[in-house]
Order: sequence, then structure tokens, then C-alpha cells
Amino acid sequence: MKGFAELYRRLDSTRRTNARLEALRDHFRAVDPADGAWALHYLLGRRGRRVVGSRQMRAWVAKHGGQPEWLVDECYDAVGDLAETVALLAPGRGDEGEAHGLSLAEVIEERVLALRDLDDAAREELVVATWRRFDLLERLLYVKLITGGFRVGVSRGLVARALAELAGTDQATMAHRLAGRWEPEPAAFVRLMAGDAAGDDPLRPYPFFLASPVPESVSDLGAARDFVAEWKWDGIRVQAVRRGEGHLLWSRGEDVIDAAFPEISAAIAELPPGTVLDGELLAWRDGAPLPFHSLQRRLQRKSVGAKLRQDVPVRMIAYDLLEFGGQDWRERPLEQRQARLREVLEALGRPEVAVAEVVDAERWEALAELRAESRARGVEGLMLKRRGSPYRAGRTRGDWWKWKVEPFTVDAVLVYAQRGHGRRASLYTDYTFAVHGDDGELVPVAKAYSGLSDAEIRKVDAFVRRNITERFGPVRAVTPELVFELAFEGIQPSPRHKAGLALRFPRMARWRHDKTVAEADSLASLRELLAREAGAR
Amino acid sequence: MCHQVTGRGGAKRSIRLSGSRVFPHPLPDLVHTTPEGLACPLGNFHVDPWRPVDLAVITHAHADHARAGSRAYLTTPEGAPLLRRRVQNGAVIETLAYGERRRIGAVTVSLHPAGHVLGSAQVRIEHASGTWVVAGDYKTAPDPTCAGIEPVACDVFVTESTFGLPVFGWPRESELIAEILAWWEGNRAAGRTSLLCAYPLGKAQRLLAGIGGRALGPIAVHGAVHKLNEAYAEAGVALPEAEYASPEVTKRIRGEGLVIAPPSAHGTPWVRKFGEVSTGFASGWMRLRGTRRRRNFDRGFVVSDHADWDGLLQTIAAAGAERVLVTHGYVEPLVRYLNEESGIRAEALATGFEGEGGAEATGPEEEALA
Repeated sequence: MKGFAELYRRLDSTRRTNARLEALRDHFRAVDPADGAWALHYLLGRRGRRVVGSRQMRAWVAKHGGQPEWLVDECYDAVGDLAETVALLAPGRGDEGEAHGLSLAEVIEERVLALRDLDDAAREELVVATWRRFDLLERLLYVKLITGGFRVGVSRGLVARALAELAGTDQATMAHRLAGRWEPEPAAFVRLMAGDAAGDDPLRPYPFFLASPVPESVSDLGAARDFVAEWKWDGIRVQAVRRGEGHLLWSRGEDVIDAAFPEISAAIAELPPGTVLDGELLAWRDGAPLPFHSLQRRLQRKSVGAKLRQDVPVRMIAYDLLEFGGQDWRERPLEQRQARLREVLEALGRPEVAVAEVVDAERWEALAELRAESRARGVEGLMLKRRGSPYRAGRTRGDWWKWKVEPFTVDAVLVYAQRGHGRRASLYTDYTFAVHGDDGELVPVAKAYSGLSDAEIRKVDAFVRRNITERFGPVRAVTPELVFELAFEGIQPSPRHKAGLALRFPRMARWRHDKTVAEADSLASLRELLAREAGAR
Repeated sequence: MCHQVTGRGGAKRSIRLSGSRVFPHPLPDLVHTTPEGLACPLGNFHVDPWRPVDLAVITHAHADHARAGSRAYLTTPEGAPLLRRRVQNGAVIETLAYGERRRIGAVTVSLHPAGHVLGSAQVRIEHASGTWVVAGDYKTAPDPTCAGIEPVACDVFVTESTFGLPVFGWPRESELIAEILAWWEGNRAAGRTSLLCAYPLGKAQRLLAGIGGRALGPIAVHGAVHKLNEAYAEAGVALPEAEYASPEVTKRIRGEGLVIAPPSAHGTPWVRKFGEVSTGFASGWMRLRGTRRRRNFDRGFVVSDHADWDGLLQTIAAAGAERVLVTHGYVEPLVRYLNEESGIRAEALATGFEGEGGAEATGPEEEALA
């Protein structure tokens, strides 16, 4: 536990790549495989399950830390992170207490996972006893582990790089290995760190290649004829892996999602062994995609009934071939991969797995015109892929670009604010925006957290502090005065919201200092947009 | 049933209204907030006024407590040289030694150590109607560069609340210094200069004195700190050698030395002169991970010249006041806690003080001093 806490402290205290890399290497160089497996599990963002709820945690810390519950809430409000608040208020070892000598694996197996099998009283006893043996940072990590909120700000690429150096492999091989199925067990860690391919998961996916947004002007990329254009679909990114006797459908979060999409899974089972496809999974009917919120109904399902399959049919649109005949094809030129992909899918002959159509145009102007049709086609814009380029890993800039359609915008009024988390804890950074309702009242339509500079956030924070009119738990109502232009990607009906609609990916595009509240948009105009969008499909 | 509120001066302040119900007499408060600041009308002076007045009694020389423009000032002899740097040359600065009593108008004023920075004082105001103490900013932790806080009994205690939540608790001085030295050692081994940012008045000197003879190499200071070190030297406070970071000194200490600078120096071109640096920030706010990360320093050291939660409660209890007025900081929670948990009558008092720079200190203070 001590070593893991030290790793966390080092990763948390610097943004320098080399220092972070060194911290990772130092930790994994001599780590016990049982601890290493767990450390890796959490560093890669594989989520732990919530074993204790936050309400219970607050009650315990109030009781054992000797503070009234309202004061715990005030502290949470100031700190912005529940685990940190609990760690600061909980009874602890202090910095001079006796070290406990518990390993990370012991803590997780005997004090985190073990909580599941205990009743409330026994849980409370074990958690409090653990607090008392831990110092401040260890308590913080422990609370995050038991509330399922553990996250470390480290990229998979960096972890793969550090481990590759220790294992004596290259980064791509390690990234590929980490992407496979493995359980946080000592044997898995030993296999991951092996110099040879002994422990590779036979059905592991390749690291996904991610596109970057096109810079200011698309012509900065060079000539249009150097690129192959495709529609940018608004679904979920998937990799279909077919090897040996098996096959798996992987999401970009590296979850296996066969159960939620059995029809796709059945289709890829018929691919020849040694084939890996990259593409987009969409809800699809009558030759066109359904909006993303339809697809959401099928995500996260452990099983899918006939009715849901009928209501929300799905399709995979494949656009790349990463492996064929058991050979890694990623280094081959794009056109060669695409040509073979078409042959493979033709031979497969299953409508559930279709090939992505190429959008033909020689010049940027022509592509720009086609891109303007994106909304009507139910796509997000265009993908631009450099001719002759290999399939790279991660967010490597230069060969794949996403040229998204311009977002929608709405001028809305800041009405509620809440403190942020992590780096933004204790500042009011999370905002709710409203537009004018039918009776002149302000109706909340969106929450947004991003888009402002640090300096602007500080100014809004100062405004919020001076203009609080009401408090609802951590939420502060503020005098409606500030107007922001929100950008968003789509709009959909939502009976759960008072406005009756929900914006997709809202963020703050700019602070409209020039606009008064009266000049903000109305709910009626958003309803019109919703109707127009629904009609366009 | 009859409640009687008895001030320490012995005057009984109660008035019978109707039947057997008795309420405290609405005597004017000895100190109250006006547009100019905390006013004491019976003495015709203000404590730490934020606008110019005839007589300003100053608790300490930080920018939000000591502002220029008043006709005359009263502070401790130790605090006078620091105050002089803050106000115009023409202003009269009178001094009153700790514990010495002075009659001003209808009240008697005395100053008592607050342990905040050199010369910092709690202002005790005595009148037949009761005794008030305006504590200014204070801390309970030991500080070799200033006199330690002395509890002052009173009827009404005016306290700050900068760190008025139980999440704020300070590590011991010895641990803090050990942490700073370990950080410096690590930087030196890696060939990096250690840049420690701290408020130039009080915190910088306290850290220097804490390091004392245990310096691992040369120490240099930013101009803003250097000026104040001189004022501390005038007042007879022993500090280890710390040179002004001139170009020659900078060159000499690069890669191995410790540099103490105001937080506002962080991220400026001035820092580049030191080559590769590791940056540290010494502040009570470093207790919270969010503020630590947002400020983008490599290391945060938890140290404050304000009292932590336990220090506040301990000092308030020691004052033994029947009424506590809470100023700048986490006012609401502290007021509620005192009323509900400690059984002490407390209420908020609005002021223009800022505490430890607020969570997002941008450093107007050091600019004023630079």
C-alpha cells in the first residue's frame, strides 16, 4: 500500500512526462506481482465496484471523526472531493503512528472486496479500523477504492511505455497486451511483463487509432486528393476480433460487448479466422442510422430481448482491416486494407456488417459541400484519412482527421453553479444554463463544465460567490445575469427534463459579455430546432 | 425567570421589558463595521480600516489589514518598520508595546501578541460596558520570528476564520521543515534549483528561520523577500544568510540552491534564470489537493500563519468570551459550530479582510511590497 501511495503521490504531483515515467518505472520495477496486477488494474482505469455508498461514508466519518454531519457536508463543499474530505476528517494514524505493512493486494482483497460479504456493522468496523492504521494519503486512496471512484490521471500510452521498458518489449506490443482480457492476479501480471508473447490473450484487440480534429482550416492539411474521405458516424467505436475458434466484439473502452449486440457477434463468428475489423456500431433502420439515444438503449445490457432487437436494430459499419489471414496488416497502406476489407465483407455476405462507403471528391470545396449535408444524413461530419498511411496507435496526429460539422449554438443564462472536482475542486466550475420558457420563466436546459479558460473560470467563480440566492445541497442558485453561448452537437427529446429536451455534448463556446439575460434564447426556439432535426432524419 | 448578562467590567446590562421576560440591554457595540472599517466610536479610532481615517490601530502589516492614507497609525514597535513600508512617509506611526495600556477617548487600548507575523497584535479595548478583543489574524503554532499568541480574556472576541473548517489541520513545524529539506535534497541530487514560493511578509522569514543552520546549500531570495528580511533584521530577528538573487548569485546557486520568492513569481520569466527548477508552494491551502494541483506547483507544503481549526477553537475557548464575532473566512460554518456545538453565542461580522489570500491568491500583497 505504501508503494502504491508513493506512486500515486508522484503521479499526482507533477505533469512532467519524464518524471511520471520514472515514477511508473520505479514502482513496477520491483513490485510484487500481486500488488503490480492491482496497481495496473486501477492505473488503466478498470473500475472498481462501489462497495460503500457516499451517504454511509459521510455518516461514518461524522460519527468517528467527531463532527456533526452538516459540518462534514460543509467540508465536502469546500474540498470538492468526498474521498479527500473523508480522509481529512477520519480518525487516522497521523504521520507519526506505526506503519501497518499491509500490501496493496492485501488491502484490496481483505479490506475492499471483503466488505461485500459483511453486514453494515461489520463493514463500518473494518473501514474505521483501516482508517486508523493509514496515513492521510492512504486513507484517501482507500476511500476511493471502496467507493469505486478511483482514478489516476495517467494515459494508457504512458503506462504501456513504462512497462514495455521494464519487460524489454516495445510500447506497441505492451499496449496490445494490456488491451486484452486479464484479471488482476499475480499470474496475469507475470505474463504481461514477460519478454515473450507467452501470455498474450489470443483474442486481444489492437490499440485503436484515433483521429484528431482538423486544424483551423482544412486546406492546411494539404491537397484533398491526398485523402480518402468517409462519413463520420455517430455511434460507438468497435473492433471485431476473429481468431482460432473464438471471436469477440470490443468497445474502445476495451470492454467485451458481445452480449449487448448478439446479431453482430453472430455475424463476426462467420469471418475467416485471423481477421480483425475496425469500425463503428450504430442503431440502424431502413438504410439510415437512428439517433445515438436509440443505441444507448442497447449499451450496457447483459442480454437483449427480441423486442429490443426489433425496436433498435444495429449494424456495424467497418472501415478498416487490421489483421487478415492471421497477419498484422496495420503497416500496409490504407487503400490496400480497404480493398481487402471490401472483399472480406462481400464474402461474408451479412447485412449486419457493412463496409463504409468512400465519399468521393477531388477538392476541399466539394467535400465541404458534402459535409454540409451531414446533419440530414445523420452523421457528424467527415473523416479524412491520408492515402498510403498505416494504421497507427492512439491519438497520433497527421494521418486521420475528423472534420466535424459546425456545432449548434444557443445563448443561455447561468442559473446554478456547483463546485468542481479534482483540479477544479473548491472552485465553482460546473454550471447549469437556462433559456426563457413559455411563461417568461427561466428553464434549465443544459449543464456544462468545459470551454472556459482558467481566468474566465476564476471570474465566474467570483461572480457566483457574490450572487448566491439559494442553496440546495452542493448546488447554488445564482442571480441570473451572465449569458453564455453554448455549443452542442445534437438535440433530443427527453421527458426526464423539465424542458422536455436534452442537448448533446453541451459546452461553453464563449462568454457573451455583450448580451443581457433578456437577449438569451427561448425554449420555443430549441423546440423548433428539435422538430427540424427530427424532420431531417 | 430572569437572565442577567454581566460584563467583565461588572456593569449589569439588563432591562425589564414586560412581565418576567428580560432581554440584554441594546448598548451600542464597542466595535462595529462602518464603510471605513471596524470602528470604535467611543475611542474615535478604527482597527485595520480599509479606508483612510484619523487614527488606525493596526493588528499587523499585511496589505488587507494595513492600508495607506490614514492620518495616524498605532501599532507595536516590532510592527512599525513593516507598517512604514506600507504607508506614506508623511503618516504618523505611534507605537504601543505589548501589554502597555493607553487611554484613547473613553476606552483603554492595549496590544497583545497574536503570533501571526512579526509585531502582530490582538487589540484589547476596555470600557465600563465590557472588554472586547479584535484578534486580527493569529496562529497558535510556534514561530521563531515573532512573539507567540497570548490568550486575552474578554467579553466579546472578534476572530478570523480563514481556515475555519476541520479539514484544515497543520503538521508540526519539525515535519514541515524535514519535508522541505528532503525536497531540496532530491532536487539538488537531480541538478535542479528549488524554488519555494511563500508570502514575503512573515511566511518567508518563518521558513528561513525554520531551516536555520540546516541549509543544504546556498539560499537566495527574491527582491520582495529581501526588503522584508531587512526589516526583520532591524527588529533583531535572526535569519540564516539569504542573499538577494542578483544575476551573479543566480548563476552561482543554479542547480543546487534554494530560492524563496513570492507566489506571484511562479510562472514568470524571472524563474527561468534558475535553469531547471522544482517549484514548491508554502500555504495552508496546500492542505487541499485541488488547490495544490490547480496552482500547478510541483510540491505543496502545508504551513500557514493562520490558526488551523483546532487552533481557532482553542483560542476562542481561551478568550472565554460570552459572545464571538466571526470575520473573514469560513464564517458561516464556524458561527454555526460555536452556537450549536460549543454553546458559545456567535455571529458573523462583515469585514473587508481577505485571510490567506483567498483560495485563489493572485498576490496583490507581494506586488504592493515589491
